[in-house]
Amino acid sequence: MSESHAKLGFLRSYVFSTDHKVIGIQYGITALLFLFFGLCLMMMMRWQLAYPGEAIPIIGGLLGETLVDDGAMLPSFYNSLGAMHGTIMVFMGIVPLAVGAFGNYIVPLQIGAPDMAFPRLNMASYQAFVIGGLVMLSSFFLPGGAASSGWTSYAPLSVTATTGQTFWLIGMIFLIASSLLGAINFIVTIIHLRAEGLTFFRLPFFIWSQLVTAFLLLLAFPPLQVAAIFQLMDRLADTSFFMPTGLVSGGDPVAAVGGGSPLLWQHLFWFLAHPEVYVLILPGMGIVAEVIANNSRKPLWGYRPMVYSLLFLGFMSFCVWAHHMYMTGMGTTMSTFFQITTMIISIPSVIILTCLVISLWGASIRFPVPMLFALAFLPMFGIGGLTGLPLGLAAPDAHFHDTYYVIGHFHYVVAPGTIFAMFAGIYHWYPKVTGRQMNVPLGKLHFWLSFVFMNGIFMPMMFEGMAGVSRRLFDPTVYEIGAAVHGLTTMSSWSAWLLALSQIPFIINFFMSMRKKERAEENPWQATTLEWATSTPPPHGNFVEPPVVYSGPYEYSVPGASSDFSPQFIKQES
Amino acid sequence: MSETVAISESEAARVRSHLRVYVMVFVALAVLTIITVAISYLRLPTPLAITLAMVVATVKASLVAGYFMHLLSEEKVILWLLVLCAAFLVFLFALPFWTETGNGPLWVG
Amino acid sequence: MSEIVIPYRTEPHPLTGVTSGKLGIWLFLASEVMLFGALFSSYVLLRVGAAEGTWPTGVEAGLNVPIGTFNTLVLITSSITMVMSWASLKMGNPGAFKRYMGATIALGMLFLVVKGFEYSGKFHHGIFPATGWPGASDPSTFYGFYFTITGLHALHVFLGILVNIWLLVWGLALYKTEPERFAGRIEISGLYWHFVDLVWIFLFPLLYLL
Repeated sequence: MSESHAKLGFLRSYVFSTDHKVIGIQYGITALLFLFFGLCLMMMMRWQLAYPGEAIPIIGGLLGETLVDDGAMLPSFYNSLGAMHGTIMVFMGIVPLAVGAFGNYIVPLQIGAPDMAFPRLNMASYQAFVIGGLVMLSSFFLPGGAASSGWTSYAPLSVTATTGQTFWLIGMIFLIASSLLGAINFIVTIIHLRAEGLTFFRLPFFIWSQLVTAFLLLLAFPPLQVAAIFQLMDRLADTSFFMPTGLVSGGDPVAAVGGGSPLLWQHLFWFLAHPEVYVLILPGMGIVAEVIANNSRKPLWGYRPMVYSLLFLGFMSFCVWAHHMYMTGMGTTMSTFFQITTMIISIPSVIILTCLVISLWGASIRFPVPMLFALAFLPMFGIGGLTGLPLGLAAPDAHFHDTYYVIGHFHYVVAPGTIFAMFAGIYHWYPKVTGRQMNVPLGKLHFWLSFVFMNGIFMPMMFEGMAGVSRRLFDPTVYEIGAAVHGLTTMSSWSAWLLALSQIPFIINFFMSMRKKERAEENPWQATTLEWATSTPPPHGNFVEPPVVYSGPYEYSVPGASSDFSPQFIKQES
Repeated sequence: MSETVAISESEAARVRSHLRVYVMVFVALAVLTIITVAISYLRLPTPLAITLAMVVATVKASLVAGYFMHLLSEEKVILWLLVLCAAFLVFLFALPFWTETGNGPLWVG
Repeated sequence: MSEIVIPYRTEPHPLTGVTSGKLGIWLFLASEVMLFGALFSSYVLLRVGAAEGTWPTGVEAGLNVPIGTFNTLVLITSSITMVMSWASLKMGNPGAFKRYMGATIALGMLFLVVKGFEYSGKFHHGIFPATGWPGASDPSTFYGFYFTITGLHALHVFLGILVNIWLLVWGLALYKTEPERFAGRIEISGLYWHFVDLVWIFLFPLLYLL
């Protein structure tokens, strides 16, 4: 098999590859670059928030006059930064990393498959992602700037916005197509290409989380695809899907016939965007489950309830979306309906989190760097999830909607939540991909600094929100409330910049560890799942012999076994 | 790897036995099309017109799905996938509709 | 690239009973159901929310029912020819396959030509997506909807035609070496094609007759 691989040139091996491992790495590098870019956008925003009206250091002098006034950020630029930070982090950062990178690399290995079910479709997904990402980034160079109507692109503001919004819509169409094709691949792969003996309830929890995530992407994205097309038509062909009659903008009547509904955009958008938040968290939960089981040397507690919770969560995520719309004037009946479904959907996440916590009880816990991130995920996701409850109920949401409380809530889930899970995954699977271990002291430094500063950014936001500071404000200090809590804003900003600096040990570690002479062992974590049954890095086709599975995924500390782990691909003598 | 899997005789016979059904479905579809157009010329009150049109369309769609797309003899996994889809479609139709027309205004200006 | 053998390309999986390709296309169709479902759901919302007298029937909006009916029959016929092209392959008759597939492609093209004819007729009368109906005060975006949804459907027809042309001209080589696998590909393309027909079955009455 390696013979045919050697015949391929550089382009076919590394650029236009259909090998899931290469594609996974491509997704990973691209997503990490986009994440870093999104971080930079946010760091600029934090300057304006902490020091409103002051010239941005260094960068202020480099930006053009459509963006800054004498180095100080213009409101339109702030709005673009906000909209693009959200869009890039969600659609170009987290999902491609969690699903495209980790999913692509690990899933075929963990199920004992030679590759994904449709390797060429996999390559096409990656290419669509890159095109969508480039379209999004290129919008920054437009005269009117990038999209600036929030990552939620509500009509009619978005319909009347500058050309950057058109690029956003076109970029989204490519990104959505990429996810749809990828989802098909994941589902068929997981159902059809499992190794012999790998029944559904012997699958690692990570695979279940990727399976449910794929269904969410497959079935929830199309309505947003429709909405994006409608909005493009409204912008380019002057239709009125989302434009109400009689709209006036800046004193002039808007050039649209009217008869449309801005709320239609919201329904179509949130129909996707609610399942999307579960897309953001589920792969992370999967990674955390793998790392916790492995480093507690004990099976996951409540594996089956966790799996059923995943399935139930996935289904429920399709009927809760209007909890993002409580303030749009819906009547009490529908408000009640969505509050009920939203409260119900909190149950499976709590079950999953609780099972992960209970899994630690009576365990022989080890604390390598991946475990630090996985353990920190638990309380951080806990805070994120719990702060979602008052948002999910309409009465307190009246106070919290569109405040910093919301920003604090969702960032807790995604930032010290999902991103920590991503770090856990990187540190955990690094030896599998590169054959080397990452440096431990640098890893611990990265962890502790990140943990402190993540909380430093987002905890103040919870209080700012409770005080009543609105989100998306260019200068919160123009309002008394914003001025009164400006100290919190500044604390968030400094924490953000220090968080960015805290990534330096990680970046150094990531690149330098690849060049170490000392190779890691084949199964350095003494893990039980199939990805450790093959060499590092895995050969083309993954397994020399198709593996056979004999037991569950977390057979750690089996009584009577000769070691504290019994890999599922090795037949144990009883 | 090329596996030279030839079409088996039993497969061929099975398909041949279905040809009549396919043609009958085609005729039914054409007839139903004429019927639904004819009904529209009756200028029935709107709610009735919509109901009838959708019923006929659903029958036609079921014929295409059941026979041309082989759903009547298809594996359970495919059918369950479509049931899941149908559930989500119900959410997509009903929830925005009730939200916007129930006790809340639909903002049309 | 690979000598990697991905199983279940031609033989069905023991658990699901279908090949990977068939499972894959049904998953894709499920997402298409959600896509067109969103389109129809939006139609319902906009039409129900439209002010009294501002949402036309198809006839009021100037849609030609006989032409629409003809196009519906064209698409239905293309569906039966598609089935027959697949059946011909399964019965070991590649010659008949070519004729039926050719007919399917031609009928698909005819559908698009008629559609183009309808569109240009609208443009001729000064009716564009941006045009409101009834045009005076308080118009609705019926035409915006009409052009967008039929346009999207036509795009799907067009892409289906491209796939069918590829299968007829270049894909047929596979029939000589792996007839079952090629028949599977035709079945998969057929599933997509029937779905596009199915959408039109709902679209035609919704836009033209109601």
